[in-house]
Amino acid sequence: MTYLIQGAKDDFEVVIGLEIHAQITSNAKLFSGASTEFGAEPNTQVSLVDAAMPGMLPTINAECIRQGVRTGVAIGAAINKFSVFDRKNYFYADLPQGYQISQFKHPIVGEGIVTVDLGDGKTKDIGVERIHLEQDAGKSMHDQHPQYTYVDLNRSGVALMEIVSKPDMASPEEAGAYVTKLRTILRYIGACDGNMEQGSMRADVNVSVRRAGEPLGTRCEIKNVNSVRFVRQAIEVEARRQVDIIEEGGTIDQETRLFDPNKGETRSMRSKEEAHDYRYFPDPDLLPVEFDDAFIEDARASLPELPDAKKARLMDALGLNDYTAGVLVAEKEQAEFFEMLLDETVTFAKKDASAVASKAANWLTGDLFGALNKAGKTIAETPVSAKQGAELLALIEDGTISGRIAKDVFEVMFETGKNAGVIVEEKGLKQVSDTGAIEAIIDEIIAANQGQVEQYRAGKTKLMGFFVGQVMKATQGKANPGVVNQLLKPKLDG
Amino acid sequence: MTELTKLKIAEARDLLAKGDITSRELTDAHIAAVDAAGELNAYIAKTPEIALAQADAADAKIKAGDAKGMTGIPVGIKDLFSTKGVHTQACSHILDGFKPEYESTVTQNLWDDGAVMLGKLNMDEFAMGSSNETSYYGPVKNPWRRGDTDTVPGGSSGGSVASVAGFAAMGATASDTGGSIRQPASFTGTFGFKPTYGRCSRYGMVAFASSLDQAGTITRDVRDGAIMMESIAGFDAKDSTSVDMPVPNFEAALTGDIRGMKIGIPQEYHLAGMPGEIEALWHQGIEWLKAAGAEVVDINLPHTKYALPTYYIVAPAEASSNLARYDGVRYGLRETVEGGSLADMYEATRAAGFGDEVKRRIMIGTYVLSAGYYDAYYLKAQKVRQLISDDFKRAFQQVDAILTPTAPSAAFAPGEKSDDPLAMYLNDVFTVPASLAGLPGSSVPAGLDANGLPLGLQILGKPWDEETVFKVSGVLEEAAAFTAEPKIWWR
Repeated sequence: MTYLIQGAKDDFEVVIGLEIHAQITSNAKLFSGASTEFGAEPNTQVSLVDAAMPGMLPTINAECIRQGVRTGVAIGAAINKFSVFDRKNYFYADLPQGYQISQFKHPIVGEGIVTVDLGDGKTKDIGVERIHLEQDAGKSMHDQHPQYTYVDLNRSGVALMEIVSKPDMASPEEAGAYVTKLRTILRYIGACDGNMEQGSMRADVNVSVRRAGEPLGTRCEIKNVNSVRFVRQAIEVEARRQVDIIEEGGTIDQETRLFDPNKGETRSMRSKEEAHDYRYFPDPDLLPVEFDDAFIEDARASLPELPDAKKARLMDALGLNDYTAGVLVAEKEQAEFFEMLLDETVTFAKKDASAVASKAANWLTGDLFGALNKAGKTIAETPVSAKQGAELLALIEDGTISGRIAKDVFEVMFETGKNAGVIVEEKGLKQVSDTGAIEAIIDEIIAANQGQVEQYRAGKTKLMGFFVGQVMKATQGKANPGVVNQLLKPKLDG
Repeated sequence: MTELTKLKIAEARDLLAKGDITSRELTDAHIAAVDAAGELNAYIAKTPEIALAQADAADAKIKAGDAKGMTGIPVGIKDLFSTKGVHTQACSHILDGFKPEYESTVTQNLWDDGAVMLGKLNMDEFAMGSSNETSYYGPVKNPWRRGDTDTVPGGSSGGSVASVAGFAAMGATASDTGGSIRQPASFTGTFGFKPTYGRCSRYGMVAFASSLDQAGTITRDVRDGAIMMESIAGFDAKDSTSVDMPVPNFEAALTGDIRGMKIGIPQEYHLAGMPGEIEALWHQGIEWLKAAGAEVVDINLPHTKYALPTYYIVAPAEASSNLARYDGVRYGLRETVEGGSLADMYEATRAAGFGDEVKRRIMIGTYVLSAGYYDAYYLKAQKVRQLISDDFKRAFQQVDAILTPTAPSAAFAPGEKSDDPLAMYLNDVFTVPASLAGLPGSSVPAGLDANGLPLGLQILGKPWDEETVFKVSGVLEEAAAFTAEPKIWWR
């Protein structure tokens, strides 16, 4: 369904393009050997090059080039074997060189595609226009001193990829799904840690609106949006703002804006009239970046299974449904945990992966994710390992405990970190499958509930559940439900 | 004392090796000569303590048999080379008080070979100038005078040539962007050598125009140039534009044998209005090379007339960006305005810190890179630069080296051209084309004009063929037998 903004008179479509700045995972900066560790004391991760001391020269960090190429390959993009670093000239206190080294005319990666998931198995292909490499600026801190602005150059020179989408998104949800998917891919391939809170990934959001069928409207760029939620919110409020202006007979000024999540509004930063003339030109300190097909093939060979391929495999080979598979592959760590869990379960239960995959996935996405969520923990902090989970699943598989008991056992595992087998042993939770013992209990219950037996026999067969419940209650849940059903039915049927 | 400061590097090297003199003695004599040459204003910072310590270390090296060509040789360093803990300002006010925490690769190479630093040498501010009149530290005087009239030493390496011609250094580092080694060498009767772009590391050299800047040497003769060049040259991973090629033994190229070599004479370098004695000297040079057995052929470099305009687009464009880092934020001069903004601080700092010529070039460079002008100026200039380079490529299919005058005039008087930037820029008309093409070149002292001022001839070679440039320079030097010295008036 098309996302439309209802104005007072007309309905408007929104057109969205995103520029994602992703910090490349690398120990060293793009053009200097300085460290890139986050959270260090201000101005402790700064080389002479980063501080733009006189006579200092940039030299390209090959690892950053490699990660750019890997990212391009991961989204099926054209890789440019010849690319050029340009200088983007402007003055700012946290830009020591007085220019940012970026790629303007000849980026390292050309057009590609990111397939985003829109729920219910629906997907949409979002075009990527280009990916280029550039260095980050430092950070100006205006709140440290009443008169002065302090500058921290730790980020100065850190390698970024700017991933520029085509204006292919038509709703806040699509934009959010695009950022989410891109983040997933980057994390899978290890090109960026995707940590939006720490600023490792940020989005510049281009928004314009138009009445259906009209040509593209004037766009505004919302700078530095640092979460998926804010991307969606910023688009909503910005599109609404533009619609209101147009319907009041106004025109949209092309400008750079800032999203204020507290006030839920966007504010003008600078207009086109104040826009910089960046005076781009090829950086004469650096040679063009050139590599051969073998370099690209090495990059391709180094890629892990990508989320889309993994999801397809989980569905086709293991029989998971679209939703569950989607949840599992969304985060690299979750997907890895699932694969370990499945491997271990196969080992413990001695069954085929396809036979236990759905059960393992359901336990993981239901029980473990639920508990982690409640405890405010991530999968990395889980007190129950994949191996421990697998042991629990295997105990269900071989009939040692029932699914019902398994939930109690899991609770204890989550609290204590103990193994399932130990807990079952300690608490005597082993399932009772002994037909004699169960039969005796059934007989007692039938004798004690003659009224219900008569009703059952008169056709109220739903009472079966009542009798099963009574047996389970009498055995503290330890009776094997299969056996109970098997024995109970003929006795009730008389 | 006079004796020691008049030695050539090669002569001193032999005396040092024989133990006839020590580097300490040589250095003492030079420190005294530096002190006595204040009138020249060649040195803007003296480092006698460093010099003496290096001299003692050099003497130990020589004793231990570890001597190289430059071991124990006192030299001056152009202020554009970063020297750790020592004044490095490219003679600009904007770098006031700046002493780097690092050493340029070129100077480090010299110190590694045991050379001795006498101090930092005056230059045109950020190497922008052809007369050494734009330095924040005042003009340099040429040891050579026109009668009793002062002359400029040329630029931008004015301090380098004045110190070497004035016997206050045995050699000096210099840098050439459009002629800043060759033109001042011509004005002072010294040998100037600019290698192929990429032969020396630019690491630690204060940048003027990155695609053109190249370190080189000023010495009193060709052999000394070969010795010193071999020391400073070499690949450096810290400069992406330096090239990983072995450095040949340049001195070994001085065989004196150019028989059968083809020397090109570019017809476009016959400038209308050029002084007759320069034409005559050029002709004399041709005869000398012929007499030595070379074959002289006329060649064409058809895009020569576009070289200066091209240079004055490319170099300022790069400079406007390279000099953006001088903003008062991290080092050097900072001028603030009471209650002013960041932009006010930039404006005040840069207005006070840069001289007129630097400002002029920043403005030209900013203009030619601006939206709407980029294609017409910068992009066009890059294309013309390629054509100029192609001219040389074609010529060098025919010839082994090219002979031209170095500059269209001898040294002029201070102030004579400083109010007319275009007349000043014309000084580099013969040196700029080779700079745009990145070629190695030299200026060899070849004669005196009617006023008794030195004139140089320029030898240009193929990329990476510095050896031929040295070889031809050596033959020219021998034929010219240039033995004139400036009258010592400054001591």
